[in-house]
Amino acid sequence: MARASSRRSRIGYTIAAWAVALTLFFPILYTIITSLKTEQEAISGFSLIPSFTLSSFEAVQTQNNYWKPFTNSVILAVGSTILALIVAIPAAWAMAFSPTKHTKNILMWMLSTKMMPAVAVLVPIYLIFLRTGLMDTRIGLTVMLMLINLPIVVWMLYTYFREIPGEILEAARMDGASLKDEILYVLTPMAIPGIASTMLLNVILAWNEAFWTIQLTTTNAAPLSAFIASFSSPQGLFWAKLSAASVMAIAPILIMGWFSQKQLVRGLTFGAVK
Amino acid sequence: MATRQTAGLARLMRAPAIILLLIWMIVPLGMTLYYSFQNYNLLNPAAISWAGWFNYQYFVTDPAFMAAIRNTLVLVLGVLTITVVLGIAIALLIDKPIWGQGIVRILIISPFFVMPPVAALIWKNMIMHPSYGVFADIARFLGLQPVDWFAQYPLTSIVIIVAWQWLPFATLILLTALQSLDGEQMEAAEMDGAGAISRFIHLTLPHMARAITVVILIQTIFLLGIYAEILVTTNGGPGNASTNLTYLIYRAARLNFDIGGAAAGGIIAVILANLVAIFLMRAVGKNLD
Repeated sequence: MARASSRRSRIGYTIAAWAVALTLFFPILYTIITSLKTEQEAISGFSLIPSFTLSSFEAVQTQNNYWKPFTNSVILAVGSTILALIVAIPAAWAMAFSPTKHTKNILMWMLSTKMMPAVAVLVPIYLIFLRTGLMDTRIGLTVMLMLINLPIVVWMLYTYFREIPGEILEAARMDGASLKDEILYVLTPMAIPGIASTMLLNVILAWNEAFWTIQLTTTNAAPLSAFIASFSSPQGLFWAKLSAASVMAIAPILIMGWFSQKQLVRGLTFGAVK
Repeated sequence: MATRQTAGLARLMRAPAIILLLIWMIVPLGMTLYYSFQNYNLLNPAAISWAGWFNYQYFVTDPAFMAAIRNTLVLVLGVLTITVVLGIAIALLIDKPIWGQGIVRILIISPFFVMPPVAALIWKNMIMHPSYGVFADIARFLGLQPVDWFAQYPLTSIVIIVAWQWLPFATLILLTALQSLDGEQMEAAEMDGAGAISRFIHLTLPHMARAITVVILIQTIFLLGIYAEILVTTNGGPGNASTNLTYLIYRAARLNFDIGGAAAGGIIAVILANLVAIFLMRAVGKNLD
């Protein structure tokens, strides 16, 4: 009897959980469906069955030159992540493997730079970009995105590197491994999963960044976040086109996000929740 | 000897990150501070002069400032309340044995990965649009008058959108905390006759306290900076009805070209964010040892 009731409660929980999940996912689902409708269908009342036309996707690409912001998004997200890793890996490595009495303070201070509201430095950054000709350039924005995510990258890498046991280094040293051997053959293979996770989360964060990308670009360097924001004033019938543009802007990152749930928790809580 | 060599190398490896962040912190903030004491408008850039506290006075006494502070508070507290309460409820639900848990998790976490302008535009046009949105379809189906969300309830609409974006984050963190709960302790309490509510209050909630704190503090940092959602939906209006502090400073800098005023606003934003940050640093710092 107990088993029957636990089965019944499982059915109940399953129905409730699916109802919640589908409700929360609904805006995304409905956008995907609308992207497959014609403009006429998109405004003729609620319907979950589209005519499966790809015309909106084509229209977004031909009329709005979708590939340019898409390419910019890829370059900015990947470029800023690689730059951040180049700077952060040595720093996190040093702090994890030869910590000093200041290491904790340095880490806390890095975290504190993340607390600075972006808008507080809008004025100087905007003026610097205007005067140095960095405005609307990919290089300027790549550096910006690198800087704003650097603290998170250092922190995440640090929490991963710290989990690599120190004894393994001693064992390698006993076996006569040099510092170079240690780094190349012992530490690097153990560090790669952490680096990959960090990279994944940082690409997601950089891809979705929408304050600096909107402030510091107009046309040339505008990534998808800035491109989509330009849809805020509707021109005629644009529901299906907006949906198609949205789907293309979020699909790659949504899929990456599904694989990064654990890293998300660790990265965004600075290791405070694991 | 080897250790001294290692220490030197370690210093060298740390240096680039520290120097970069040091520059990133000091130079722009220093400039903001400098400009906050200058009369400087980009429409008349030649007329730059010392302003004393005028910009602060001007910014703070602007009626839009009090509205912005109020809206910022409503936005932050509204979203925090929704995400924490619903986050706990959903975390408890999907922690139960259910079929298809992996897919349920994926569906629930998805909104977090939608970039802010897309999230806001989806809600604005597909869901809340007074003629073509799903809410309007539902209202018409029920024989009611569709609501013009962004005209009638601008701030509430933005709270709903932002809460939708951050609910996955809260749920995921709270679920992670929940999964580390000691099952045996739970069973023991159940054996001792503790009811579900009493178990939740005396075991689950204290266990999740730290995660709840972290969710509140981290979200607050991000919620203070809400910008794109406002830009693409209401533009801060009608009037100042949905202008938060971030948006007010943006408007001063980019639409009024008032560099001095925007800088003063920026310094005020830093002070507010720091009040929150101090608490977050304490919570995270404890975990470092």
